[in-house]
Amino acid sequence: MTTVLEVALRIVLVLGVFLVLPLLVGQTEHKAMAHMQSRLGPMYAGGFHGWAQLIADGVKFAQKEDIVPAGADRAVFKLAPAVALLPYLIVLVAIPVGPGLVAQDLDAGLFFVLAVMAVGVLGALMAGWASANKFSLLGGLRSAAQLMSYELPFLLAAASVAMAAGTLSLPAIVGAWQPWWLIWQLPGAVVFFVAGLAELQRPPFDMPVADSEIIFGAFTEYTGLRFALFLLAEYAGIVVLCALTTVLFLGGWHGPFADQLGWLWTLLKTMVLAFVVIWLRVSYPRLRADQLQRLAWQGLVPVALAQLALTGVVVVVT
Amino acid sequence: MRLPGAGLAKGLAVTMRTMTKRSVTDQYPDVKPELPPRSRGVIALLEENCTVCMLCARECPDWCIYIDSHKETIPAPEGGRERQRNVLDRFAIDFSLCMYCGICIEACPFDALFWSPEFEYAEFDIRNMTHEKERLGQWMSTVPPPPAVDGRAERPKELDAARKAMEKAAAPAAPPAAPVEAAE
Repeated sequence: MTTVLEVALRIVLVLGVFLVLPLLVGQTEHKAMAHMQSRLGPMYAGGFHGWAQLIADGVKFAQKEDIVPAGADRAVFKLAPAVALLPYLIVLVAIPVGPGLVAQDLDAGLFFVLAVMAVGVLGALMAGWASANKFSLLGGLRSAAQLMSYELPFLLAAASVAMAAGTLSLPAIVGAWQPWWLIWQLPGAVVFFVAGLAELQRPPFDMPVADSEIIFGAFTEYTGLRFALFLLAEYAGIVVLCALTTVLFLGGWHGPFADQLGWLWTLLKTMVLAFVVIWLRVSYPRLRADQLQRLAWQGLVPVALAQLALTGVVVVVT
Repeated sequence: MRLPGAGLAKGLAVTMRTMTKRSVTDQYPDVKPELPPRSRGVIALLEENCTVCMLCARECPDWCIYIDSHKETIPAPEGGRERQRNVLDRFAIDFSLCMYCGICIEACPFDALFWSPEFEYAEFDIRNMTHEKERLGQWMSTVPPPPAVDGRAERPKELDAARKAMEKAAAPAAPPAAPVEAAE
């Protein structure tokens, strides 16, 4: 009985985090981006500086008509938003927040997390293929090309940390983390973060959804709640990527008073990284297809491989 | 020799610096804008000054001023003859046509038209954009006073003329022997 209750409590907690944090990041994006562009952003919804803007948006999306194009592959079209969103929810289960504070401690946590995150990509591909729209198809294929090239440096950088810690369990990786790893794993951290941004198709890597070229890429034909789910998936992806970077490279709950305030440190580092994601979006223009590929294959992959070699040498020597 | 990535850092610095500054947004419906002096919002009519000379309507490039009038005969005063004067029946400006050039205001020889800075007179029906003389007259209360004359500018000719006329009226008491000095 207690185990059932405990499992239920953990699931509810993860679901709560999953629903609240992306909205928080979205609202931060609204306001931070606005002020970076010398605007104010939402000011009316909710009364105080538009704090309820995203809730209002959600209500608006729920009211809209759910349209499926006549030529679409209906089943796949309807399934795609769920495939895009759910992997991020599942990944959250394995991410440790504080010492002993994790919904489910998996032995092969890192492996699980990376494998499940890669599933989310399928959502965009399914949406692009099933929409029966040339812009969607172009967007889907662009996603495929981009994700194909960035998955490799993403995994290599993560593998470097696993090698350094000598384990695949996420809580054990954080447990093994030392402050000097910040320097040691710095190239890997940068590669991981940049490749993760590209996987999320966030600006400046938003070529698959480039609105000036192909409307909204794979999501062009979506309306109403399904469209909202895709948007939510993007922000959930930011949360998951930032949390993973925190756990793998920034030492998760390590910090003053880690025993009591560990969860706060994880949350703080995650939010700071989320702000960096927004900051990068505001600052840089979109990369072209060839620039994307060159950055991945000539920039990130060699750096990730060099990091892997460095990690191996240091692990063997010490 | 520039460091690699210096441009990227510069871009980040620009956005961060902008974020720490106050934004330039005007919160318009909540906070009224500070309009520059001599803003051209709407045209006001001072009906008493209008002589129905039609100059404004003729100069208007858009032909958006409509004027109707009739002549009225003033009964002759004792020992005089009858006079006629124009009475304004309708004066309307169609602001859906007006391009706010202000030529009517420049053209008016009797100071019957003025610029007002008021600009909040949008309508749901385009026909309501034609302001009749009652509405044009209401705008008069929003016309700002004319800007003060520049401190070292030449004195207005009207003021000098008025002062001279007053001195002349007060002059008869002065001795007629020295009219030149009195004039000065």
